[in-house]
Amino acid sequence: MSFTVYVPRDASALSLGAEAVAHAIAAEAARRNIDIKVVRNGSRGLYWLEPMVEVATPEGRVAYGPVQKADIKALFDANFFEGGKHALSLGLTEEIDFLKNQQRLTFARVGIVDPRSLDDYRAHGGYRGLETALRMDGAAIVQAVTDSGLRGRGGAAFPAGIKWKTCHDVQGGQKYIVCNADEGDSGTYSDRMIMEGDPFVLIEGMTIAGIAVGATQGYIYLRVEYPHAQRALEAAIAAAETAGYLGDNIGGSGKAFRLEVRMAGGAYICGEETSLLESLEGKRGQVRFKPPLPAIQGLFGKPTVINNVITLATVPIILEKGATYYRDYGVGRSRGTLPIQLAGNIKHAGLVERAFGLTLRELIEGYGGGTASGRAVRAIQVGGPLGAYIPASQLDVQVDYEAFVAIGGMLGHGGMVVFDDTVDMAAQARYAMEFCAIESCGKCTPCRIGSTRGVEVIDRIVAGNAAEREREEVLLRDLCNTMLAGSLCALGGMAPFPVLSALDHFHEDFEASAT
Amino acid sequence: MKRAANVAKLPDLPEEIRAAVLEVTDRLKDLPGALLPVLHGVQEALGYVPEDAVPLIAREMNLSRADVHGVISFYHFFRSHPSGRRVIYVCRAESCQAMGAVTLEKHIKQRLGVDFHQTTADGAYTLEPVYCLGNCACSPAIMVDDELQGRMTPARFDAWLDAEAT
Repeated sequence: MSFTVYVPRDASALSLGAEAVAHAIAAEAARRNIDIKVVRNGSRGLYWLEPMVEVATPEGRVAYGPVQKADIKALFDANFFEGGKHALSLGLTEEIDFLKNQQRLTFARVGIVDPRSLDDYRAHGGYRGLETALRMDGAAIVQAVTDSGLRGRGGAAFPAGIKWKTCHDVQGGQKYIVCNADEGDSGTYSDRMIMEGDPFVLIEGMTIAGIAVGATQGYIYLRVEYPHAQRALEAAIAAAETAGYLGDNIGGSGKAFRLEVRMAGGAYICGEETSLLESLEGKRGQVRFKPPLPAIQGLFGKPTVINNVITLATVPIILEKGATYYRDYGVGRSRGTLPIQLAGNIKHAGLVERAFGLTLRELIEGYGGGTASGRAVRAIQVGGPLGAYIPASQLDVQVDYEAFVAIGGMLGHGGMVVFDDTVDMAAQARYAMEFCAIESCGKCTPCRIGSTRGVEVIDRIVAGNAAEREREEVLLRDLCNTMLAGSLCALGGMAPFPVLSALDHFHEDFEASAT
Repeated sequence: MKRAANVAKLPDLPEEIRAAVLEVTDRLKDLPGALLPVLHGVQEALGYVPEDAVPLIAREMNLSRADVHGVISFYHFFRSHPSGRRVIYVCRAESCQAMGAVTLEKHIKQRLGVDFHQTTADGAYTLEPVYCLGNCACSPAIMVDDELQGRMTPARFDAWLDAEAT
């Protein structure tokens, strides 16, 4: 009798000891002469339970976690490989509340399949979207993406179909598909989870994009901090090439699409699309003026579709199940689902994919279970280092793009970093300016100089007396306005958001040294 | 002929560096937008991108030295000097801050006796800041070379360091 055990190879699971757990299971199985096949899956996204080990049973997968190497002998004694009871038992994986109450479309296979196995991907519905796309012409594929209401999940939330159409409508010549996998926002890891846990879905999405707009070459621009994702993607690309899903004759259609992973250089600004294109061209990652739009003059001056990992990885399900299926999720102008990443000081950190329309409170208090420290939630930074700090009093805001803009925030890439009541918001505001100064590409003055002046002004506010503080605050707000209005891209143009939100909602923290 | 003339102008370079650079440039220079892949290749082979190798890289890529220098200095990841035997990247970003990264950072600096961008006297460790490792659900995080570690604490760091030393 053979048993199948799943131990994630997800980078976060590995960071908690999953590799040692996998080795220990294999060794103990050999010692006890039990035939166990260890599959290295992605993470289910229940990170407080990682390393989470699953076993296949006739009733479905049963989970155990968090498992450490030292637990393996006891787990074997409890016959965990057959789903036996143990102190670490979590029951059927699919019945765990955190997971059960999700709507996983983009993440349908993550944590379930073996990310190194193309056969497993296909057995779980993979490449059905591409098969549909191959029966359509480019314009029809673009229309389907437009109709789905899918907006750029990297943060800017620009309608993907419009980007695609612009590129599609440019006549002839070389075109490119570029995947922005420079996931630099703190509190975000959904791109990484997809690339490590279901890399084929990204490859499929990019292939569909290529066929739709007539591009034959794709690049995945991957941050250098993600070596695990690099290995997963390169293995998947090689497998797709061997099986004829990449190359000169995709699925026997006569259409060509090739894909290459390019490693970034550790510059946050290269997540900005024009800066990313400069970097891919082998240059300093300095932001370009727009227009021309990348869809018309992008990589090497050629028409280029550039989308985030999640955007591209969502395309296959839209093609497979139809635009209406996807569009039926969500609210208002925010259609479909958003993979939300709970991070920071939160009890149940992890990935929640839900249709737009739930509240921040449901996420932080419901799924997240409050803070990890057990103290009160004070602020949530939503949307990365350029996102506003949302005070606990605004927890009832609805999760959709427009609702966040209405309260002076942004949903961004869906990362939510929770802070408890020990946080010093003046220090967080200072950090936002400091980060902008470190990562500014230097092209425009409001960002390059403004961020450095911002750090200095905040230092003077915190150190000053009441009169000085008042004067300096006027200066800081004025500086923020200059950056908001005068910066070339979102780095300088949004770095004031966390600063202003800290000033507006947590003013007392700037008065700490008041005399 | 032009190439020979250029060669004469290049500074002397230790043979192993020269060979490593040429191996990488010969292999990668014809890729579209090849400079980042080439710099990654050189840093992978040598552990850093020597300043003295910039003229050679520039010549092989048909770029100016300023172009190559400008790219190396723009990206945080490329280093112009050798690192310690292992590089410790400590995440300074918000999610890790929310879980005690500031305390952890102070502790690591004190324990190793170095600031960011410095290498310990024995050449064992180089300390670098990093702004998000994508391990935000398991903050605070550090990465040692390409080995990610989550839920790091001062005590766990010390335990790891002691285990490394033995």
